[in-house]
Amino acid sequence: VALRGCGGAWRQGWQQSAGRARPGPSPGPGPGPGVSPRGQRTAACSARGGAVPAGKSGLAPWVPVVGLEIHAQISSNSKLFSGSQVQFAAPPNSLVSFFDASLPGTLPVLNRRCVEAAVMTGLALNCSINKKSLFDRKHYFYADLPAGYQITQQRVPIAVNGSLSYSLYKDNKMSQMVTKTVRIKQIQLEQDSGKSLHDDTRSQTLVDLNRAGVGLMEVVMEHDMCCGEEAAAAARELQLILQTLGSSQAVMAEGQLRVDANVSVHHPGEPYGVRTEVKNINSIRFLAKAVDYEIQRQIEELEDGGTILNETRAFDSKLGCTVPMRDKEGKQDYRFMPEPNLPPLILYDAKSLPANMNHQQVINIDWIHERLPDLPSVKREKLVEQYGILPEHSFTLLNEEGLAEFFENVVKQTRMKPKKVIGWVLQDLLSYLKQRSLTVKESPVSYFLLADLLNLLEKEEISSTAAKHVLAELWKGEGKTPLEIVKEQKLQLLEDQKELEQICQAVIDRHENE
Amino acid sequence: QVSAALKEGHVTPTELCQRCLSLIKSTKFLNAYITVAEETALKQAEASEERYKRGQPLGVLDGIPIAVKDNFNTAGIETTCASNMLRGYISPYNATVVQKLLDQGAVLLGKTNLDEFAMGSGSTDGVFGPVRNPWSYSRQYKEKSVPKSHSEDKEPDWVITGGSSGGSAAAVSSFTCFAALGSDTGGSTRNPAAHCGVVGLKPTYGLISRHGLIPLVNSMDVPGILTRCVDDAAVMLGSLAGHDPKDSTTIQDNFKPFELPDLTDVSKLSIGVPKEYHAPGLSSEVLALWSKAADLFQNAGAKVVEVSLPHTRYSIVCYHVLCTAEVASNMARFDGLEYGHRSDMNESTESMYAATRREGFNDVVRGRILSGNYFLLKENYEKYFIKAQKVRRLIANDFVKVFRSGVDVLLTPTTLSDAAPYTEFIKEDNRTRSTQDDILTQAANMAGLPAINVPTALSERGLPVGLQFIGRSFQEQQLLTVAKWFEKQVQFPVIQLEEVKRHDSGVFQHQKSASFS
Repeated sequence: VALRGCGGAWRQGWQQSAGRARPGPSPGPGPGPGVSPRGQRTAACSARGGAVPAGKSGLAPWVPVVGLEIHAQISSNSKLFSGSQVQFAAPPNSLVSFFDASLPGTLPVLNRRCVEAAVMTGLALNCSINKKSLFDRKHYFYADLPAGYQITQQRVPIAVNGSLSYSLYKDNKMSQMVTKTVRIKQIQLEQDSGKSLHDDTRSQTLVDLNRAGVGLMEVVMEHDMCCGEEAAAAARELQLILQTLGSSQAVMAEGQLRVDANVSVHHPGEPYGVRTEVKNINSIRFLAKAVDYEIQRQIEELEDGGTILNETRAFDSKLGCTVPMRDKEGKQDYRFMPEPNLPPLILYDAKSLPANMNHQQVINIDWIHERLPDLPSVKREKLVEQYGILPEHSFTLLNEEGLAEFFENVVKQTRMKPKKVIGWVLQDLLSYLKQRSLTVKESPVSYFLLADLLNLLEKEEISSTAAKHVLAELWKGEGKTPLEIVKEQKLQLLEDQKELEQICQAVIDRHENE
Repeated sequence: QVSAALKEGHVTPTELCQRCLSLIKSTKFLNAYITVAEETALKQAEASEERYKRGQPLGVLDGIPIAVKDNFNTAGIETTCASNMLRGYISPYNATVVQKLLDQGAVLLGKTNLDEFAMGSGSTDGVFGPVRNPWSYSRQYKEKSVPKSHSEDKEPDWVITGGSSGGSAAAVSSFTCFAALGSDTGGSTRNPAAHCGVVGLKPTYGLISRHGLIPLVNSMDVPGILTRCVDDAAVMLGSLAGHDPKDSTTIQDNFKPFELPDLTDVSKLSIGVPKEYHAPGLSSEVLALWSKAADLFQNAGAKVVEVSLPHTRYSIVCYHVLCTAEVASNMARFDGLEYGHRSDMNESTESMYAATRREGFNDVVRGRILSGNYFLLKENYEKYFIKAQKVRRLIANDFVKVFRSGVDVLLTPTTLSDAAPYTEFIKEDNRTRSTQDDILTQAANMAGLPAINVPTALSERGLPVGLQFIGRSFQEQQLLTVAKWFEKQVQFPVIQLEEVKRHDSGVFQHQKSASFS
């Protein structure tokens, strides 16, 4: 759908809506409006979880409070209420059903897979799953919201009252980790919106409805965090869980995971301060930065005698600061209303499952529970227990997709102790990959090549220095095995007494004159 | 009858289709149709004829000419809702009910007129102008309503069809088709059926798919059936009812079509007469007919009991809140972007939206959107919407109680009086009219119950009056059986369409009394 504008005034109208705070799912990655950067101080908060010391005024310390609203796109073949495919970066408007374009007379039909994904996620986050949840319409006018309302779960969401445990390094030291818990208020199913692309040169706005109607899970985390590091660690843990479950691919760069942060500060013992919502955060690293910046900004503002507005701000990743989003309509009234075209969503457990029901027509919570894969926390524990590695190593292993499997495969194929293998995997392999921005999958050294190499080392056929040299050769990806490289370059350790003596003699001979 | 004639080859689908098309032309002044799909109808008729030749018709409906209210999506044929907003809009898909009819070989003649987006009770508020009641041109009306003192050539005022499915009712009543689809949210099928002297069935909510019906109030809308007799309504119901995966509010079970028995013994029946339907403004004529009907049942041995539905009187005000709220929501999609009218105004998105909606919707639609949005505001939601929902539950519970007490079917008037002359009708605004006219039909929508209008007798002015039967949820078979018995007893007179006769005498004679079942 192309909206063609004619004059400058039109363009202005559209541009304004571009940078405007909009309701509903956040628009995902995109450039924020530019403003001059603010002098940024290093964020004072850390995983200590305590209050931030007062600034120049020297009064009582500040307590920052951070909550998160996270939209995770459900990984499913088709959309939440229509049969159109879900796919990233498909040609514009190629994945749009009549329903997605809100053609009059079309009706929503709930996608079973999306419900299952939400139930899985709810269970993984220790939520109670509501056996009866409801859908509502949330109204607002926006070019990429064709129906003029979003179908969401405002009154009774599918999952409530959960918790998420996450860990982070204490005081930024790599050696000590602390585990914290954030309460999950609720998980609700809702539709994603389309995308608006603002073409300034041609004064037009283009609307792509491919994303319109894709299923989202909105995970609401309570205000239990106190700094950017905590928010980032919690969001990262959620991301890992979603990826483990497969309920969302949760790739932030593709907009499958969108994080909005609510931030406020107050003095201990006083009521919470006015909060701001920070949007447009498109990586975990930026989340930490955005939150810390916002905390600092609010403290400075308050200490300068200013006030905090209840506003929506965007994070500008280039400038590293948050800026107000233009919100010209002020407070929106979404005029919520029950969605009349969808009956209540009823879920069953083993006890309530009606005997004569067709399995295709019901969702059994217990059945899904039994089939949940190991969550990251459990995997980490198992890794620590089974291989005797340090807890922080288990975090690193899970943080990189495929790294834990890589490690386990290497361990399986070598006699080297896992404790030693982990060093090779984390220090040598991982740092090499990171330097070159490669994923584990893209690694030129496969797990069996590394295992071969470590076996040579373990059998004392080569020295550890030689092993590093071989690994450097392996990175070239020339298809040679470690053994071949060792032979070609004569790197094996010598065990023959005579041969050693000969070599030594030769060296001495050469240096006789010195 | 017609179906049998088709089978036996007395008449071919093409002949039948052509006759109907020709009648549509000669009754054009009724303004019953917005779009006549002559070409596709003839093609469908030819295909049907082929099937009959091969001896493989698709069923009773094969070759039967039908009409569809212009708020059902029809692929390739304009769907306007009688609104500037959708003028020229051609949908890419068929509503489930339309598809079902086509799949069974029915011939779609065209799309019938209505109030804009089905908001009205007169079929007078559409962008294509009002529908005229065929009975305005009947011998019966003229004989009784031309004031004797006036000169001979003075035509009496033409009367309205009722609405909002007035086009469909007029189309069936004037014999231009054998059955038509309407929609019924507050009485939009039964009301015009009563005024036009045809059968109008509103099935149980959820029995027939709404997919493709452009909604008025999703929680009350039901596709309606307009036919010449109760048997035909049963045939149509049989071909339309049942689960639709595209409409999550339809029943899960498949629907078994049924044939209606010729009831001879009504002594086991319990007919409830709700006293609240003795509403203010009920004409003495209608009241008398209603009593007569009750007597008819009693004399035939049925048990007739007075019952009470105490919350029915709150139905209209409650409906006003729920209806406008859903309208406000449903109409939000008409923003000029994806389809429909788009204003030239382009100073900003917002101004384009505003101008599009101002130009596209009439006052009635805009008025309902405004009040609906008001009721949905956060500060008003509890006070109006939630309260109205609670009242709705009370209204529905009233019916549950009455049916639990042993009543099989309720007997009520359908309308307060016979059809008003157009000039009279438009003296009041749409809202006032809808409030008055829906009063007897609307509660059945609140409760989702099946209800049917059966033409009963002619008024002193020579215009049709109908009575309504309301049945238990999903008990259409019982409801229609009772309606059929009643239909047989009252022997409603056939319309004598003088005007049309003059225009097209040959065709008319052949058509007038045939039903297809």
